[in-house]
Amino acid sequence: MKARVYVMLKTGVLDPQGEAVRHALGSLGFDGVQGVRQGKLIELDLADGTDEAVIAQMCDKLLANTVIESYRIEVL
Amino acid sequence: MRAAVVVFPGSNCDRDMAVALRAAGADVTMVWHKDASLPDGVDLVAIPGGFSFGDYLRCGAIAAQSPICRAVVAHAGRGGYVLGVCNGFQVLAETGLLPGALMRNSGLKFICKTVDLIVQTSDTAFTAGYQAGQAIRLPVAHHDGNYTVDPDMLARLQGDDRIAFRYAQPLNGSVEGIAGLVSDNRRVLGMMPHPERAVDVGHGGTDGQALFRELVAQVVAA
Repeated sequence: MKARVYVMLKTGVLDPQGEAVRHALGSLGFDGVQGVRQGKLIELDLADGTDEAVIAQMCDKLLANTVIESYRIEVL
Repeated sequence: MRAAVVVFPGSNCDRDMAVALRAAGADVTMVWHKDASLPDGVDLVAIPGGFSFGDYLRCGAIAAQSPICRAVVAHAGRGGYVLGVCNGFQVLAETGLLPGALMRNSGLKFICKTVDLIVQTSDTAFTAGYQAGQAIRLPVAHHDGNYTVDPDMLARLQGDDRIAFRYAQPLNGSVEGIAGLVSDNRRVLGMMPHPERAVDVGHGGTDGQALFRELVAQVVAA
Protein backbone atom coordinates (compact mmCIF):
# COMPACT_ATOMS: atom_id res chain seq x y z
CA MET A 1 0.00 0.00 0.00
CA LYS A 2 0.97 3.58 -0.46
CA ALA A 3 0.29 6.63 1.62
CA ARG A 4 0.97 10.30 1.18
CA VAL A 5 1.81 12.61 4.02
CA TYR A 6 1.36 16.34 3.48
CA VAL A 7 3.38 18.45 5.89
CA MET A 8 2.58 22.16 6.14
CA LEU A 9 3.58 24.95 8.48
CA LYS A 10 0.77 25.53 10.95
CA THR A 11 -1.62 28.38 10.33
CA GLY A 12 -0.20 31.45 11.99
CA VAL A 13 3.42 30.37 11.59
CA LEU A 14 5.03 32.80 9.16
CA ASP A 15 6.27 31.06 6.01
CA PRO A 16 9.14 33.15 4.59
CA GLN A 17 9.64 30.80 1.64
CA GLY A 18 5.96 30.97 0.67
CA GLU A 19 6.14 34.76 0.91
CA ALA A 20 9.16 34.82 -1.42
CA VAL A 21 7.31 32.63 -3.94
CA ARG A 22 4.28 34.94 -3.73
CA HIS A 23 6.49 37.97 -4.50
CA ALA A 24 8.12 36.14 -7.41
CA LEU A 25 4.72 35.26 -8.89
CA GLY A 26 3.72 38.91 -8.59
CA SER A 27 6.85 40.05 -10.38
CA LEU A 28 6.08 37.59 -13.21
CA GLY A 29 2.82 39.44 -13.71
CA PHE A 30 0.49 36.98 -12.00
CA ASP A 31 -1.81 39.38 -10.23
CA GLY A 32 -4.11 38.44 -7.42
CA VAL A 33 -1.96 35.80 -5.73
CA GLN A 34 -2.91 36.65 -2.18
CA GLY A 35 -0.97 34.00 -0.36
CA VAL A 36 1.43 31.10 -0.91
CA ARG A 37 2.20 28.41 1.63
CA GLN A 38 4.95 25.94 0.86
CA GLY A 39 5.04 22.48 2.36
CA LYS A 40 6.27 18.94 1.77
CA LEU A 41 4.74 15.88 0.21
CA ILE A 42 6.17 12.58 1.45
CA GLU A 43 5.19 9.33 -0.28
CA LEU A 44 5.40 6.15 1.77
CA ASP A 45 5.52 2.65 0.34
CA LEU A 46 4.17 0.51 3.18
CA ALA A 47 3.40 -3.11 4.02
CA ASP A 48 -0.23 -3.86 3.17
CA GLY A 49 -2.58 -3.29 6.06
CA THR A 50 -0.40 -0.72 7.85
CA ASP A 51 -2.65 1.05 10.31
CA GLU A 52 -3.15 4.76 9.77
CA ALA A 53 -2.41 5.23 13.47
CA VAL A 54 1.09 3.87 12.81
CA ILE A 55 1.56 6.41 10.01
CA ALA A 56 0.46 9.12 12.44
CA GLN A 57 3.18 7.94 14.83
CA MET A 58 5.72 8.23 12.01
CA CYS A 59 4.55 11.81 11.48
CA ASP A 60 4.67 12.71 15.17
CA LYS A 61 8.10 11.17 15.73
CA LEU A 62 9.91 12.18 12.57
CA LEU A 63 8.12 13.32 9.43
CA ALA A 64 6.68 16.51 10.91
CA ASN A 65 7.91 18.82 13.64
CA THR A 66 4.59 19.36 15.37
CA VAL A 67 5.93 22.46 17.13
CA ILE A 68 5.58 24.33 13.84
CA GLU A 69 4.07 21.90 11.35
CA SER A 70 0.79 20.07 10.86
CA TYR A 71 0.31 17.01 8.69
CA ARG A 72 -2.41 15.24 6.77
CA ILE A 73 -2.32 11.56 5.86
CA GLU A 74 -3.84 10.21 2.66
CA VAL A 75 -3.95 6.43 2.29
CA LEU A 76 -4.03 5.49 -1.39
CA MET B 1 35.95 17.71 33.47
CA ARG B 2 35.13 15.03 30.91
CA ALA B 3 33.48 16.12 27.71
CA ALA B 4 32.24 14.22 24.68
CA VAL B 5 31.83 15.84 21.27
CA VAL B 6 29.28 14.12 19.04
CA VAL B 7 30.19 13.63 15.37
CA PHE B 8 27.46 13.11 12.76
CA PRO B 9 27.97 12.66 9.03
CA GLY B 10 28.09 16.31 7.96
CA SER B 11 29.30 17.80 11.25
CA ASN B 12 31.96 20.39 10.49
CA CYS B 13 32.58 22.24 13.75
CA ASP B 14 33.38 19.14 15.79
CA ARG B 15 37.15 19.66 15.84
CA ASP B 16 36.82 23.37 16.62
CA MET B 17 34.57 22.43 19.52
CA ALA B 18 37.10 19.91 20.80
CA VAL B 19 39.93 22.46 20.51
CA ALA B 20 37.93 25.06 22.45
CA LEU B 21 37.04 22.60 25.20
CA ARG B 22 40.60 21.28 25.51
CA ALA B 23 41.95 24.84 25.68
CA ALA B 24 39.62 25.39 28.63
CA GLY B 25 41.00 22.29 30.36
CA ALA B 26 38.44 19.63 29.46
CA ASP B 27 39.34 16.03 28.70
CA VAL B 28 37.62 15.50 25.33
CA THR B 29 36.48 12.30 23.61
CA MET B 30 34.88 12.29 20.16
CA VAL B 31 31.83 10.02 19.86
CA TRP B 32 30.27 8.74 16.63
CA HIS B 33 26.54 9.02 15.93
CA LYS B 34 26.16 5.24 15.81
CA ASP B 35 27.55 4.82 19.33
CA ALA B 36 24.69 3.83 21.60
CA SER B 37 26.35 5.06 24.78
CA LEU B 38 28.56 7.86 26.02
CA PRO B 39 31.99 7.22 27.56
CA ASP B 40 31.84 6.61 31.32
CA GLY B 41 31.93 9.65 33.53
CA VAL B 42 31.09 12.23 30.89
CA ASP B 43 29.99 15.54 32.43
CA LEU B 44 29.27 17.48 29.26
CA VAL B 45 28.11 16.48 25.79
CA ALA B 46 28.75 19.01 23.05
CA ILE B 47 26.77 18.81 19.82
CA PRO B 48 28.66 20.77 17.20
CA GLY B 49 27.65 22.79 14.17
CA GLY B 50 27.50 21.54 10.63
CA PHE B 51 24.94 19.98 8.33
CA SER B 52 24.20 16.65 9.96
CA PHE B 53 22.73 14.20 7.44
CA GLY B 54 22.73 16.94 4.84
CA ASP B 55 19.92 18.79 6.64
CA TYR B 56 17.57 16.24 5.04
CA LEU B 57 13.90 16.44 6.07
CA ARG B 58 14.58 19.28 8.56
CA CYS B 59 17.81 20.56 10.09
CA GLY B 60 18.74 18.21 12.92
CA ALA B 61 15.72 15.91 12.45
CA ILE B 62 17.61 12.79 11.39
CA ALA B 63 20.45 13.36 13.85
CA ALA B 64 17.92 13.64 16.67
CA GLN B 65 16.87 10.03 15.98
CA SER B 66 20.41 8.64 15.97
CA PRO B 67 21.54 6.11 18.62
CA ILE B 68 23.90 8.60 20.30
CA CYS B 69 21.07 11.10 20.73
CA ARG B 70 19.11 8.62 22.80
CA ALA B 71 22.15 8.47 25.08
CA VAL B 72 22.37 12.28 25.10
CA VAL B 73 18.70 12.58 26.10
CA ALA B 74 19.31 10.07 28.92
CA HIS B 75 22.41 12.03 29.99
CA ALA B 76 20.38 15.25 30.13
CA GLY B 77 17.68 13.40 32.05
CA ARG B 78 20.27 12.54 34.71
CA GLY B 79 21.12 16.24 35.04
CA GLY B 80 24.15 16.11 32.72
CA TYR B 81 25.34 19.19 30.84
CA VAL B 82 24.69 19.53 27.12
CA LEU B 83 25.87 22.29 24.80
CA GLY B 84 24.43 22.51 21.29
CA VAL B 85 25.82 25.07 18.88
CA CYS B 86 24.22 25.98 15.55
CA ASN B 87 23.22 22.63 14.01
CA GLY B 88 23.67 21.28 17.56
CA PHE B 89 20.95 23.68 18.74
CA GLN B 90 18.70 22.47 15.92
CA VAL B 91 19.34 18.87 17.00
CA LEU B 92 18.47 19.71 20.63
CA ALA B 93 15.22 21.36 19.54
CA GLU B 94 14.36 18.30 17.46
CA THR B 95 15.02 15.95 20.39
CA GLY B 96 12.73 18.05 22.56
CA LEU B 97 15.47 18.78 25.09
CA LEU B 98 14.85 22.45 24.29
CA PRO B 99 11.46 23.92 23.38
CA GLY B 100 10.60 25.60 20.10
CA ALA B 101 11.98 25.17 16.60
CA LEU B 102 14.48 26.81 14.25
CA MET B 103 12.99 27.85 10.94
CA ARG B 104 14.45 29.24 7.72
CA ASN B 105 15.91 32.75 8.25
CA SER B 106 13.24 35.37 7.58
CA GLY B 107 15.41 36.92 4.84
CA LEU B 108 15.89 33.44 3.30
CA LYS B 109 19.66 33.98 3.04
CA PHE B 110 22.45 32.04 4.70
CA ILE B 111 23.98 34.49 7.18
CA CYS B 112 27.71 34.26 7.80
CA LYS B 113 29.16 37.12 9.82
CA THR B 114 30.20 38.20 13.28
CA VAL B 115 27.34 39.72 15.22
CA ASP B 116 26.75 41.57 18.48
CA LEU B 117 24.95 39.62 21.16
CA ILE B 118 23.63 40.70 24.52
CA VAL B 119 24.11 38.19 27.33
CA GLN B 120 20.74 37.91 29.09
CA THR B 121 21.64 35.98 32.22
CA SER B 122 24.77 34.99 34.07
CA ASP B 123 22.81 32.41 36.04
CA THR B 124 23.91 29.34 34.08
CA ALA B 125 27.17 27.40 34.10
CA PHE B 126 27.56 28.43 30.44
CA THR B 127 27.17 32.17 30.97
CA ALA B 128 28.62 32.63 34.46
CA GLY B 129 31.71 34.18 32.91
CA TYR B 130 29.67 37.09 31.53
CA GLN B 131 27.55 39.81 33.07
CA ALA B 132 23.84 40.05 32.27
CA GLY B 133 23.54 42.90 29.76
CA GLN B 134 27.11 42.46 28.53
CA ALA B 135 27.65 42.89 24.78
CA ILE B 136 29.83 40.24 23.14
CA ARG B 137 30.70 39.45 19.53
CA LEU B 138 30.48 35.93 18.10
CA PRO B 139 30.30 34.57 14.55
CA VAL B 140 27.06 33.16 13.16
CA ALA B 141 26.82 30.93 10.10
CA HIS B 142 23.35 29.55 9.51
CA HIS B 143 20.41 29.31 7.14
CA ASP B 144 17.87 28.16 9.72
CA GLY B 145 18.28 30.19 12.87
CA ASN B 146 14.87 31.80 13.00
CA TYR B 147 13.79 30.66 16.46
CA THR B 148 10.10 30.26 17.02
CA VAL B 149 8.12 29.12 20.03
CA ASP B 150 4.51 29.38 21.11
CA PRO B 151 3.52 32.42 23.24
CA ASP B 152 2.96 30.39 26.41
CA MET B 153 6.42 28.83 26.27
CA LEU B 154 7.97 32.18 25.37
CA ALA B 155 6.42 33.67 28.52
CA ARG B 156 7.89 30.79 30.55
CA LEU B 157 11.33 31.26 29.00
CA GLN B 158 11.22 34.94 29.90
CA GLY B 159 9.71 34.42 33.35
CA ASP B 160 12.24 31.74 34.27
CA ASP B 161 15.23 33.72 32.97
CA ARG B 162 16.04 31.00 30.43
CA ILE B 163 17.04 33.21 27.50
CA ALA B 164 20.83 33.15 27.47
CA PHE B 165 21.67 35.37 24.47
CA ARG B 166 19.83 37.79 22.21
CA TYR B 167 20.97 39.37 18.97
CA ALA B 168 21.68 43.07 19.55
CA GLN B 169 20.15 43.84 16.13
CA PRO B 170 17.42 41.94 14.27
CA LEU B 171 19.19 39.17 12.33
CA ASN B 172 17.12 36.21 11.21
CA GLY B 173 13.56 36.75 12.37
CA SER B 174 14.00 34.99 15.74
CA VAL B 175 11.21 35.73 18.16
CA GLU B 176 12.41 38.35 20.67
CA GLY B 177 15.82 38.16 19.01
CA ILE B 178 16.55 34.91 20.85
CA ALA B 179 19.99 33.53 19.94
CA GLY B 180 20.31 30.96 22.73
CA LEU B 181 18.35 29.49 25.61
CA VAL B 182 18.69 26.97 28.41
CA SER B 183 16.55 24.08 29.59
CA ASP B 184 14.36 24.12 32.67
CA ASN B 185 17.22 22.80 34.83
CA ARG B 186 19.64 25.30 33.15
CA ARG B 187 22.05 22.51 32.16
CA VAL B 188 21.24 22.29 28.47
CA LEU B 189 22.18 25.30 26.33
CA GLY B 190 21.35 25.68 22.66
CA MET B 191 22.70 28.66 20.73
CA MET B 192 23.03 29.60 17.07
CA PRO B 193 26.23 31.72 17.38
CA HIS B 194 29.58 29.91 17.49
CA PRO B 195 31.53 30.48 20.72
CA GLU B 196 34.12 27.89 19.60
CA ARG B 197 35.00 30.16 16.67
CA ALA B 198 36.02 32.95 19.04
CA VAL B 199 38.51 31.45 21.47
CA ASP B 200 41.85 32.49 19.98
CA VAL B 201 43.22 35.86 18.92
CA GLY B 202 43.79 34.24 15.54
CA HIS B 203 40.01 33.88 15.23
CA GLY B 204 39.64 37.64 15.32
CA GLY B 205 37.94 37.59 18.71
CA THR B 206 38.01 35.76 22.04
CA ASP B 207 34.54 36.48 23.41
CA GLY B 208 33.71 32.76 23.37
CA GLN B 209 36.51 31.86 25.79
CA ALA B 210 34.56 32.79 28.92
CA LEU B 211 31.82 30.31 28.05
CA PHE B 212 34.18 27.32 27.93
CA ARG B 213 36.37 28.49 30.80
CA GLU B 214 33.48 29.01 33.22
CA LEU B 215 31.66 25.89 32.09
CA VAL B 216 34.71 23.74 32.81
CA ALA B 217 35.34 25.55 36.10
CA GLN B 218 31.74 25.18 37.30
CA VAL B 219 31.48 21.51 36.37
CA VAL B 220 34.81 20.73 38.08
CA ALA B 221 33.66 22.61 41.20
CA ALA B 222 30.28 20.83 41.27
